[in-house]
Amino acid sequence: MSTVPIHAEDAAVGAVTFTDQTPLGTKLARTASGRVGRIVVWILALLWTVPTFGLLVSSFRPEKAIKTTGWWNAFGHLGDMTTKNYSQVLSTKVGGIPFSQYFWNSVKITIPAVVIPIVIAALAAYAFSWMHFKGRDWLFVVVVGLMVVPIQMCLIPLLKLFNLSWLHIGDNGFVKIWIAHAIFAMPLTIFLLKNFIGALPREVMEAARVDGASHLTIFAKLVLPLSVPALASIGIFQFLWVWSDLLVGKVFGGNAQNQPITKAVVDVVGSRGNDWQLLTAGAFIMMIVPLVVFISLQRYFVRGLLAGSVKG
Amino acid sequence: MSTLTMVNLQKRYANGYEAVPGLDLEIKDGEFLVLVGPSGCGKSTVLRMVAGLEDISGGDLLIDGARVNDMGPQQRDIAMVFQSYALYPNMTVGDNIAFAMKLRKTPKAEIAQKVKEVAELLELDKVLDRKPGQLSGGQRQRVAMGRAIVRHPKLFLMDEPLSNLDAKLRVHTRAEIARLQRRLGVTTMYVTHDQVEAMTMGDRVAVLRRGVLMQCASPQELYERPDNLFVAQFIGSPSMNVVRGTVVSTDHGPGVQIGDQTVELGSVGAARFPGIGEMIGRDVAFGVRPEALGGDGSGRLTMQVELVEMLGSELLVHGTVNAPAVRAIDTGVEQSDKPTSMVIASMDPRRKVEVFSTVELPVDIDRVHLFDLDTGLAIGRDAAGRVTDSSSPNELDKG
Amino acid sequence: MGQLLSTLALVAIGIIAFGAIIGILYWLVSQLREPWRERGRVGVFVGPALLLLAIGLIYPAVATVRMAFYKGDGPDVWAGLSNFKRIFTEGDNPLVLRNNIWWALIVTVFSTAIGVMIARFADRMRGERVAKALIFLPTAVSMVGAGIIWKFMYANSGGGNQSKQIGLLNWLWVKLDPILPGKQTAQFWLQNDKFFGIKSSFLPGMNTLFLMIIMIWIQAGFATTVISAAMKGVPDDLVEAAKIDGASDRQAFFRIVLPYVKPTVITVATTTTIAVLKVFDIIQSTTGGQFHTDTVANDMYVKSFTQSQPGYGAALAVVLFLAVIPIVVINNRNQKELRQG
Repeated sequence: MSTVPIHAEDAAVGAVTFTDQTPLGTKLARTASGRVGRIVVWILALLWTVPTFGLLVSSFRPEKAIKTTGWWNAFGHLGDMTTKNYSQVLSTKVGGIPFSQYFWNSVKITIPAVVIPIVIAALAAYAFSWMHFKGRDWLFVVVVGLMVVPIQMCLIPLLKLFNLSWLHIGDNGFVKIWIAHAIFAMPLTIFLLKNFIGALPREVMEAARVDGASHLTIFAKLVLPLSVPALASIGIFQFLWVWSDLLVGKVFGGNAQNQPITKAVVDVVGSRGNDWQLLTAGAFIMMIVPLVVFISLQRYFVRGLLAGSVKG
Repeated sequence: MSTLTMVNLQKRYANGYEAVPGLDLEIKDGEFLVLVGPSGCGKSTVLRMVAGLEDISGGDLLIDGARVNDMGPQQRDIAMVFQSYALYPNMTVGDNIAFAMKLRKTPKAEIAQKVKEVAELLELDKVLDRKPGQLSGGQRQRVAMGRAIVRHPKLFLMDEPLSNLDAKLRVHTRAEIARLQRRLGVTTMYVTHDQVEAMTMGDRVAVLRRGVLMQCASPQELYERPDNLFVAQFIGSPSMNVVRGTVVSTDHGPGVQIGDQTVELGSVGAARFPGIGEMIGRDVAFGVRPEALGGDGSGRLTMQVELVEMLGSELLVHGTVNAPAVRAIDTGVEQSDKPTSMVIASMDPRRKVEVFSTVELPVDIDRVHLFDLDTGLAIGRDAAGRVTDSSSPNELDKG
Repeated sequence: MGQLLSTLALVAIGIIAFGAIIGILYWLVSQLREPWRERGRVGVFVGPALLLLAIGLIYPAVATVRMAFYKGDGPDVWAGLSNFKRIFTEGDNPLVLRNNIWWALIVTVFSTAIGVMIARFADRMRGERVAKALIFLPTAVSMVGAGIIWKFMYANSGGGNQSKQIGLLNWLWVKLDPILPGKQTAQFWLQNDKFFGIKSSFLPGMNTLFLMIIMIWIQAGFATTVISAAMKGVPDDLVEAAKIDGASDRQAFFRIVLPYVKPTVITVATTTTIAVLKVFDIIQSTTGGQFHTDTVANDMYVKSFTQSQPGYGAALAVVLFLAVIPIVVINNRNQKELRQG
C-alpha cells in the first residue's frame, strides 16, 4: 500500500514474530495446554538445561573435586569455587601453541567468514532480483540447488585446488578457511537474501532509477540500508555456524597456527579426555561467544531461521 | 518546456500478448493529459514505456521531437509519482527530495535552497527530518510530489497518485495537483482508472481500452460527444442508459422504437443524425444520460419505477423499460438476454415519484446518442462531429 | 583485544578494498557499449558469487564423483564400483551405513515430535518464552560443545567405585539400584554397542542411541521454534469455530492445528534429516567413531584425511549426496504445496 512495509523487517519473514502474543483474552482460541502440558514443558526445559548447567558449575570447581564427586555436590562447597581451571586451560599447550591462541584464531576466522559471503551474496541477490538478464531464473535455481551438495563432497578437490602453488594461499590457512566458508554459505545466503531483497517494493527501485541512480547506487544507498534486518539475521546465523564449525577448520586450517578453537577442544578430548577441569573450562571458553551472541540477538537469529523455513 | 509524442507505440510481451498494439498520441507543451481506462487497459504500461521502465516493442517515443526509445529513465529528464509513492524508507523527507539532485552532483547550497522552496510550497517544512514511515498518507503523497517537482523536469508522469488516499483527502489533493501543475506549467501525463479524476483534472482525457485509444478529447467533449459506446458508458456516473431500439419513421420525423413505445426524435433528431433517413428498420443502441431524462425535452419515454434514491442535489429514479440493455464490453458490444432493462433518470429533488408507479420522462433529444450495435461507434453527428459513418473501421484510432 | 582490533581493522580494509574493486569494475564496464555495458554490470554483481560456486562447489562435486571411481592413492587407478562395494559389504563398513540410517530416523522423529509437543503445550503458557529459550539454547553451544557436555553426563569415573560417580547418568543409575530389578552398576554408556543386550548387525548399539540423544538435544530447539511460529500463524477463528462445533482441545489440535502446520512440520523434519545425515562433530568430540558408533561423514573424514583412502572417502561422500537428494525432493514438493496452500 504505502512505504511502510519495508521499513519494518517484514518483507522476508512476513507476519511471523517470536513473541508471546495475547497471553490473555481469546479464551477459546487456543487448544489450551492444561496442567499436564505445562508440567511436561517445564520438565523438558529443565532436562534441556541441566547438562549445560552441570558443565558450567564444574568448570569452576577445583580439579580434585571435579574428578571425584558429581557437580551437584558443589552447592555445599560454594566457597571452593575457583577460576583456576580457566587460567590453566588458557595456558595449556595444544598442538604446540597455547589454548588461548585458538580463541583468537576463531575470532580471526569468523569475522571475515561472516562478512565476505554476505557481501558477495547480497550483490548476487540484487542481480537476481532487480537486474534483467537472460537465464536469470534458471541460474538462480541452479545456485539454490547447490544447497544439496554436502560439504563433504567438496573438501578434497577444493583443498587440492588451494594447494596449487601458483595460487600462493597454500600456507595461509585463514584465507583457505575464509574462502571455504564463503563458498559453503553461498547458496543458502543468496537464497535468503534474494527472498528479502526481491520483496522490496518495485516502485522504490524504479523511483530511484527515474531519479538517475545506477545499479551500484541503488544497491549501496537503498538495498543495503533496507536489508539491515535480513543481513543481521543471516549474519548471526553464519556467525554461529562458522564459530561452531569443526570440519572446515580442521580440513583447511593446515597447521595448528590456523586452527579454530573447536579443533583445540576436540584435541584435548582426544589427548586428555579425563582432565575434566580442562575440558569443562575449555568448552566454556569455546561456547561463551556464541552463547552471548545467541542470547542477546536471539530475535534476529529466530527471524533468519524462520525466513528459511516458514511460509511468510 | 516540452512536448511528448507517441507514434505507433507498441508493447508486446515475450508470451506474445499485445498490451499496446499501436498508440498515437501527442501531449502538447504544458498540457495536463489524463490517460484513463479500466484496469488492465494498458494505461500503466504506456506510462512506464514513457518513463523508460518498460521496453518499447515498436514505434517511436519522442520528447521534444527527439527519439528516446533507447534511453534509460535517468536520461529522459522526467519525474514520476508512483501509486505507492515509492519514497525511500531509509532516507528523511529532505533526503528523499534531494536524492536526484545529489546524484546529479548539484552544489549543496543549491540543493538546500531548492528543497526549502519545495518544502514550503507543499507545507513539508516541518517534517523534513522525518522518515517516510512517520508521515501521514497525505504527507507522503506530498513528499512524492515534492520529489518530482524539485527537479523541474521536462515531463511529469503520475501513476494513480491519489488511489492510496481516503475519499475526502483525495478530492482536496486532486485540486492541489491540478493547481500546482498549471502553476508550474510542466507537461504532465497522469494515469488513473477513476473517470471523475480524469474529468476534473485533465486538459484533455485519453480513454484506453485494451491498449487501443478510444477517444482523446477535452472532458466536456468526451462527455457530450463520445465517439463510441465504450467512452459513452465509461465516462459519467451514473453511466449513460443504453438500450436496444429500432429506427422507425413517424408522423413527426424519425424515431426510435424501444420495446412497445417510440421515442420521437423529430426535427432536432433529424438534424442531429443526418443519415438517419436511410436507417429506417435498423436496430441501434439508444443512449441517453440520466440528466437528459429528467428535465425538459421533446421526446417521451415511459418507465415502471422500481427504486427512488434521494441524493440531496438530485433524485435518481430507477425504472424498467421493455427493451434489452446494451453494454460495451472489453471486446466489443454486448446485448442483454433479458427483454427488459433498467434505466436511471436524474430529476429535480423536489419532485415526488412513487415506487411502482409509471412515469413518463421527457427526453432531451439534443442529448440522445445512437450507436452501431456491432461496432459500438457513434452514429452520424451534427456538422461539428467527426463521426459520420459507422461503417468506417479506422475511426476507432482517431485521436 | 589487540588481536581483535587488528582483525577488525583487517576486515574493514578488506571490505573497503572489495567495495573499491566492485566500484572500479562497475565503472569500467559502464564505459562499454550496449549490450556489453548491461551484461558487464550483471557480471560485476553475480560474478563473484558464481566464481566461488564454480570453484568451490560445482568443480569439487564433479571431481569427487569422479574420484569415487578411482583408487585414489597414487596415480589414477580405475576402481570401478569397488569403492561402493566396499561400503556396502566389507567388514564393519555396513555398520556405518546402518548407523546413519538409524540416526536420520530416530533423531528426526524425536526432535520433530518434541518440537510439536513443546510448541503445543507451551503456546500461550506463562513463561512460554523462557521455556522455549531454554530448549533452544543448545543450538548455540556447537556440536563440539554438546559432545563434551554429554560426554560429561555419560562419564564413568572410577569404574567399579559405585559411590563416586561424577557423571549424572551413572549417579542416577546407581541410585536407582534399590528400585530396579537386578544389580545396577556404573556403565560405560558410550562403549556399549549392543542394543539392550542384543548384538545385532541391524539394530544400533546403545552407545549410538546415547549419541543420538545429544543430537536430539540440539535439534529440538530448532523444531520447537519453527513449529511454534507456524502454530501462532493458525487463525484464531479457525480454532474457535472448531470449539463451537464441539471439538475438545485435543480434537481441535489434532484435526485443525496440526494439519494446518503440517507443511512446516515436514520442512522441519527434512531439514533435520539432512543435518543429521552429515553428523560429524558429535562423533569427533565423543567416541571418535570407536565402538561401532561411526557415521558416514566421520568415516569419510577419517578415510580421506587420516587413512589416505581418498577414493573410498569420495565414494562415501557420493553416498551421502545420494541420500540427501530424495529428502530434498520431498521438501521441494512440500514447499510447492505450501506456496499454493
